[in-house]
Amino acid sequence: MSQPTFLLDGQSVPFDDGQMILEAARAAGRYIPHLCWHPDFPPHGSCKLCVVKVAGRHVSACATPARAGAEVESDTPEINTERRTLLQMLFVEGNHFCPACEKSGDCQLQAMAYDLEMTTPRFRHFFPDRPVDASHPEVLLDFNRCIYCELCVRASREQDGKAVFALTGRGINKKLAVNAESGRLADTDFAANDKAAHICPVGVILKKRVGFAVPIGERTYDRAPLHEVALPKLEGDT
Amino acid sequence: MSTPRKLRVATVSLAGCFGCHMSLLDIDEHVFALLDKVELDRSPLTDLKTCGPCDIGLVEGGVCNSENVHVLREFRAQCKTLVAMGACAINGGLPAQRNHLDVGQCLSAVFQSRPGMDTAEVPDDPELPLPLDKVHPIHEVVRVDYFLPGCPPSGEAIWQFISDLLAGRTPRVSYPLLHFD
Ligand code: SF4
Ligand code: SF4
Ligand code: FES
Repeated sequence: MSQPTFLLDGQSVPFDDGQMILEAARAAGRYIPHLCWHPDFPPHGSCKLCVVKVAGRHVSACATPARAGAEVESDTPEINTERRTLLQMLFVEGNHFCPACEKSGDCQLQAMAYDLEMTTPRFRHFFPDRPVDASHPEVLLDFNRCIYCELCVRASREQDGKAVFALTGRGINKKLAVNAESGRLADTDFAANDKAAHICPVGVILKKRVGFAVPIGERTYDRAPLHEVALPKLEGDT
Repeated sequence: MSTPRKLRVATVSLAGCFGCHMSLLDIDEHVFALLDKVELDRSPLTDLKTCGPCDIGLVEGGVCNSENVHVLREFRAQCKTLVAMGACAINGGLPAQRNHLDVGQCLSAVFQSRPGMDTAEVPDDPELPLPLDKVHPIHEVVRVDYFLPGCPPSGEAIWQFISDLLAGRTPRVSYPLLHFD
């Protein structure tokens, strides 16, 4: 029997039974934006940047199973405008001062904003007060840039077996917390070679003393845009 | 055929560092092409202190004090097209990094509690504009037509953006010229 397919922006994409729209699209070399999704973890469905339109409904491509014959709209003005609005909300909710951020040029949030040509934050800035945690000898936490994707929480719990991070509070009072009586990273068993130390898509979890080892202008998304970098390497690629 | 009317352009640096204006000058020889097409009104380059009716206003910097508010409102009233140029105009930038602090404490920390300045007063000359409690991006104060990101935007990005505007196109700065840093 031939593989079932769905249509992504009018082009046929094959999928395996149970595969999510985003995964199937990626396997076929087609990019759908995502921030909280990561190939090593089950879908989380919190950022909504992977929004697509299926049968008139806006759904998360990372958490919606592909269906044979479905017509999926992704790279359309309507959906990209919605994504841009989500990005703008993420930018004003935290403190994203890119010129002083070590992650600039390697940051997925910033690169997605470039991809979607977000030129203004549009909304009123919250300018929240979020002190940094520099207690750990090797790693700095700058909470000002957290987008609550929970990737560090999941990586620490599921891969490092440590549960160093947790999200507390709800809605606008949500906070990334460090699991220690003192609340300080130095008082946990976190280590610089943990999976959780390398998974943050933005500039929260930063290894100390290497911030500018790669100069601005020569970084990941200086060399290629996110929609290329984010796709899995196909066989034969270098 | 008569030569087309030159467009009037005003520029200003509010709570900025003049970096965007330096970048504007970084368009090198395009300066000549630009000056063929535009006349400058109020600008640090002309030193005019008030702004007349203009086609385009380029605003560098955010809004950090009462004078910035007045100047920005003057620009909005006089310029048909108003552009937020650079990170500070767009999101407050570096000056906005004081926003989670109390402005009174900032002033006393700078003027009163630094070594050697412990008897100094916070300056209160009536000529000095009063600082706002927060630094705001300009779109939080007036309507803005276009945004040109960068800290500063490169000369190339500025030139592409202005060329679009002068040609009557919707200005577009896309990859790889679009940068937030
Ligand atoms: S985390 Fe990304 S978007 Fe935020 S300040 Fe750093 S580079 Fe900019
Ligand atoms: S610190 Fe980074 S990985 Fe963790 S929740 Fe925040 S943005 Fe996600
Ligand atoms: S990637 Fe699907 S919700 Fe975040």
